[in-house]
Amino acid sequence: MDQACKRKQTDNLTMIIPEINNQAYTYRPGELLPELEGHISRGRFERVLRNGDFAVTAELAPPDSTDRNEVFEQAALFDGFVDAINATDGSGANCHMSSVVVCALLSYIGYSPIMQISCRDKNRIAIQGDLLGAGALSICNVLALTGDDVSAGDHPEAKRVFDLDSISLITLIKKIRDEGSFLSGRTITNPPQMFVGTSINPFVPPVESRILQLEKKINAGANFIQTQYCFDMPMLKDFMSKTVDKGLTEKAFFLPGVGALASSRTARWIKNNVPGVHIPDSIFQRLEGAEDQKKEGQKICTELMQEVKEIEGVSGVHIMAYKQEECVAQMVKDSDVLGGRKPWSPKDEY
Amino acid sequence: MYRARLFASRHARAYEVIYNATSPVILSTLRVINKITKGKLDRPITWFEKIIKGFLFDCQMCGNCVLSSTGMACPMNCPKTLRNGPCGGVREDGNCEVKPEMKCVWVEAWSGSAKMKDNLAIQEIQFAVNHTHQGSSAWIRLAKENKQII
Ligand code: SF4
Repeated sequence: MDQACKRKQTDNLTMIIPEINNQAYTYRPGELLPELEGHISRGRFERVLRNGDFAVTAELAPPDSTDRNEVFEQAALFDGFVDAINATDGSGANCHMSSVVVCALLSYIGYSPIMQISCRDKNRIAIQGDLLGAGALSICNVLALTGDDVSAGDHPEAKRVFDLDSISLITLIKKIRDEGSFLSGRTITNPPQMFVGTSINPFVPPVESRILQLEKKINAGANFIQTQYCFDMPMLKDFMSKTVDKGLTEKAFFLPGVGALASSRTARWIKNNVPGVHIPDSIFQRLEGAEDQKKEGQKICTELMQEVKEIEGVSGVHIMAYKQEECVAQMVKDSDVLGGRKPWSPKDEY
Repeated sequence: MYRARLFASRHARAYEVIYNATSPVILSTLRVINKITKGKLDRPITWFEKIIKGFLFDCQMCGNCVLSSTGMACPMNCPKTLRNGPCGGVREDGNCEVKPEMKCVWVEAWSGSAKMKDNLAIQEIQFAVNHTHQGSSAWIRLAKENKQII
C-alpha cells in the first residue's frame, strides 16, 4: 500500500484515551514493522521467535463489559514481561468480549496480540471476514482452534457451528495469505500477512497419535504451536523428543502452555470441568501439602517455566493464568526465563 | 448402528480389503446404470447407499465420503464433525468430550487406520465438508466425476 496514504489514516485515528495506571497511552493503530526477509508477518512476535529469543506469551481474559479500559488494565499487567498477548475467543464456550475487538484495542496501543479463532461459533464466511478485518487493524498473529463444545459453557442450548476444523482453518488462512484469494477463488487485494498458530494437547487420548496430528497441523501450515496446560513434565518431554526426532521443531515454533492453579480445589474443578486438562496426582499432593496453596500454585508454575525452557526444541512458554493475571509478571521474573531480555512495553514507548 | 460402527474401525483392515475389491465394481456398475437411465435411478441408489452405509458406519450422508482415509470411522459422528483428527477435549478413558457415553470417533479412527495397509491416508488433509453435497450420494457423484472411491 501507498506509504503516504497509510500514514494519513494513522494520523486521523490518533486520539488520547483516559489515563490508566497514571500512564497516558496514545491511541493509534499499531504500526506494522518493515518487511523482513524470511518473515511471514510484520509483527513483533514472529521477530522475537526468529531471533532465537525465548518468547513469553500470556493469555488475556476478555471482559464481560464494554469498558475498554478493562482490556488495557489487564494488558498493562504484562508490560515488559510478555512478547505477545492471546485474546481468547469465547473460551470454555462462555460469552465475553470478542477476540477480534480485544486484539484491535491491543494493537492500537502497539501490543502484539494473538487473535484466537474458535471454529465453534463462526462459519467460513464470517471467519474470512474477520481475518481481513484483523489485517486492517495490524493484527499479525492468529491461533486456529477447534474450540470447546457449547455444552461446556453458559449457553449449552446454542447451535454449534464447526463448519471448519482447526486444520481446515489453518489451510484457509494460509490460502488467503499466500494465494491472495478467498476460498471461492475471488481475489483479495492486500491479503493479511498472518503468522499462524494452533494448539495441540499431547496429554489426552489418543496419546500415541497426537504426534501424527501435530505433523498434520504443521503440514497444513502452522507456524507456531501453543499447547494445552502442561503439568506433566515427563509426558511433555517425551512428546517434545518425538517432535524433535520428526524434524517438526525446524518447521514450527513450540510454546508449551503453563498455568498457575489457585488451590487444589480449583485444580480438581478444572480437571473435572474443563475438557482436556490433565493434572497428575503429584501436583495435587504438592498443593494440598502447602500452607499457602495459591503461592505454591505460582511456585509450581514458575518451576514449570524453568523446566520448559530447558527442553530441546522449545522456543518459548505460554502462560494461562486465569484470574491470576496480576501474578504473571512476578512469575516470569522469578523464573528468569527471559534471561535479562525485556520485551517491548508501551511504557518505554510513550 | 453404534456397535456395527465400532466393529468397522476395529476390523478396518478387513473392511479395507472389501472396500478396495468392491468399490471399482460399484462405481463401474453405477456408470453403466447412469448411462442407460440418465440419472433416473439416482434416488433409489442414494436410498440404498444410505441404508447400507447407515447400518455399517452410522453414515450421515454428508456426500463427501472419506471413510477409507479415516480408519473406517465416519468423522460425521464426531459432534464437532472434525475431519482431520481429534479435538483436545477427549476424556481420559478415550470417550468423547461432548457425549461421554460414546468412544471418541477419532480414537477409533486412529486405531482403525493403524491396522490398515494404507495407514498414511489418514495424514492427508481433508478440507472442510462441502455442504452442498449434504444428503446426496457420494457414490453417484464419484461415478459421474469418473473418480475412484476415496
Ligand atoms: S472427543 Fe472426539 S468425537 Fe468427541 S468432539 Fe472431540 S474429536 Fe469429536
